Amino acid sequence: MKKILALVVAMVMATSLAFADATLINGAGATFPYPIYSKWFDEYSKVNPGVLFNYQSIGSGGGIKQITAKTVDFGASDGPMTMDQMTAAPGRIYHIPTVMGAVVIAYNLQGVDKGLKLSGDVLADIYLGKITQWNDPRITEQNAGVTLPSNSIIVVHRSDGSGTSYIFTDYLSKVSGEWKGKVGKATSVNWPLGLGGKGNEGVAGMLKQTPGGIGYVELAYAKENNLPYAFMKNASGAYIEPTLDSTSKAADGAVIPDDFRASVTNSPNPEAYPISSFTWLLIYKQMDDPVKGKAIVDFIKWAITDGQKYTTDLDYAPLPANVVQMIQAKLDKVKF
Amino acid sequence: MSRQDTSDIVFRRILAVFPISILILVAGIFFQLVSSSQLSLHKFGIGFLFSRVWDPVAEQFGALPFIFGTCVTSLVALLLAVPIGVGAAIYLAEYAPPKVSKAISILVDLLAAIPSVIYGLWGIFVLVPCMRNNIQPFLGKYLGFLPFFQGPNYGVGFLAASIILAIIIVPFIISVSREVILAVPSVYKESAYALGTTRWEAIFDIVLSYGRVGILGAVILALGRAIGETMAVTMIIGNNVVISPSLFSPGYTLASVLANEFAEAATNMYLSALIEIGLVLFLVSIIVNILARVLIWSVTKGPGNVVK
Repeated sequence: MKKILALVVAMVMATSLAFADATLINGAGATFPYPIYSKWFDEYSKVNPGVLFNYQSIGSGGGIKQITAKTVDFGASDGPMTMDQMTAAPGRIYHIPTVMGAVVIAYNLQGVDKGLKLSGDVLADIYLGKITQWNDPRITEQNAGVTLPSNSIIVVHRSDGSGTSYIFTDYLSKVSGEWKGKVGKATSVNWPLGLGGKGNEGVAGMLKQTPGGIGYVELAYAKENNLPYAFMKNASGAYIEPTLDSTSKAADGAVIPDDFRASVTNSPNPEAYPISSFTWLLIYKQMDDPVKGKAIVDFIKWAITDGQKYTTDLDYAPLPANVVQMIQAKLDKVKF
Repeated sequence: MSRQDTSDIVFRRILAVFPISILILVAGIFFQLVSSSQLSLHKFGIGFLFSRVWDPVAEQFGALPFIFGTCVTSLVALLLAVPIGVGAAIYLAEYAPPKVSKAISILVDLLAAIPSVIYGLWGIFVLVPCMRNNIQPFLGKYLGFLPFFQGPNYGVGFLAASIILAIIIVPFIISVSREVILAVPSVYKESAYALGTTRWEAIFDIVLSYGRVGILGAVILALGRAIGETMAVTMIIGNNVVISPSLFSPGYTLASVLANEFAEAATNMYLSALIEIGLVLFLVSIIVNILARVLIWSVTKGPGNVVK
């Protein structure tokens, strides 16, 4: 009996010692990059076993709140923090892009495969309720040779607040003055019309079953659910298929400001898919804890270089080389 | 004072702690909701209850479409569920052979234990296509002259959400009503038979009359569940901030907007407005409960009351 007890005590001490050795870093925020972040934490623990990560995917809004309150060591968000949110934080916050993602326009039209051509202004007018039929001349003139039915268009959007909605409405605000004035961009907006589905899976499910439906989902969901998606007209007039490559191109050639709080939707790059965006990690410029601070910076340096090779398997687009260089320079300014 | 008395007093005081803790809990929730929604309460005042706008970008918030959605879906669900629930309970208690009654009661209890997200998924994949292809076209064709059954047919909307709610609450009504009916003393029924009533007369005049307080209690329990139900409704109501007389129209409920938008609400005003929605939901539940209780009092005091 005593032997067993001694053994148990020894085991408990051994495990607590193992944990005491490792630095535990807490993070919280965006749901969109959660799969790649988990993959990175897992792979990084093989490279550097001394650091353990705990990430809660509670949503971008929650991530911003928690990093502002300093209840986590890093936050994560799909939309950049607003000026008000930046000033509310107790210290200077850096936005660090980690991967890129595309939002695709999926639809359910009998006999029409992927590759329906759409321009931004037409998409905005569909979501404003000004274009209501699939055979509207403004759609048919872009799609010579495709027979479009006279079905009504059934608009589907996300009902829950999400970074995906932010990227989508940010794009529409750039291509349509009316959208910008009437609706604007946010994680939740006052949709002029349409059905709300909860989550990417809710929108994908609704689209699959609703003939005449149009909606927006992350690229990975459209692929998994075999939803046909549109080729979008970009800023230089070309119709671009959403791929990981055309998504990465959105940040290549776009003007990226020094603080990275940039939207790269409607990118000027002629090969870029226009509804693309970064997702960010949020860290303090001045880290409170030197050990944790160094561990976080080391991890990010690994993630934006070696870590990028894990992105494509999970349908995220890697960062272009020019952005990686900018981030490395930025990370050198973090103090701990 | 004997020892017996002291232990009795101690026991009574200990027991009193439990109901008081419930009071403290309710008061605490109310206080927290009010204090966290101060920003929104000050900015919108009473107008919050009557405004139809919900615009997180412009920070203009109003609860009317959500209040409307919660009330409509709960009431339509009750209209559908009460006849089915009470009818099933009467059959199980009065007509069904004991073995069948037992078996069905177990199934009913099983239904009550299914998580609502499962009902929601079933709603998306089975009910909504059926609504769009069969039920709503049928209703539109034969009852389309009524404003309740007009407009575009999406499948999702008030009617689909009400049907899901009805399915969720029916087991509660059956289960409680059946117990109530079984508890009616058989001497009353036998007296009725002795006076020459038929079986259904005995059930309607004696059993339901005796048990109506209990059955209304079952309905209130079900109504409470319907008002607060979140996930299944969110998945199939269409989540559109509109007020429409048509049951085919997509809508929104108080609980759904909380479930949808709370996680991503980043600004203080937005968060405050959402918490005020929670406060409104709290008040709607209380008001509906009071109304239901008033209804019970009026029924129990009314004429034709056979037994106490």
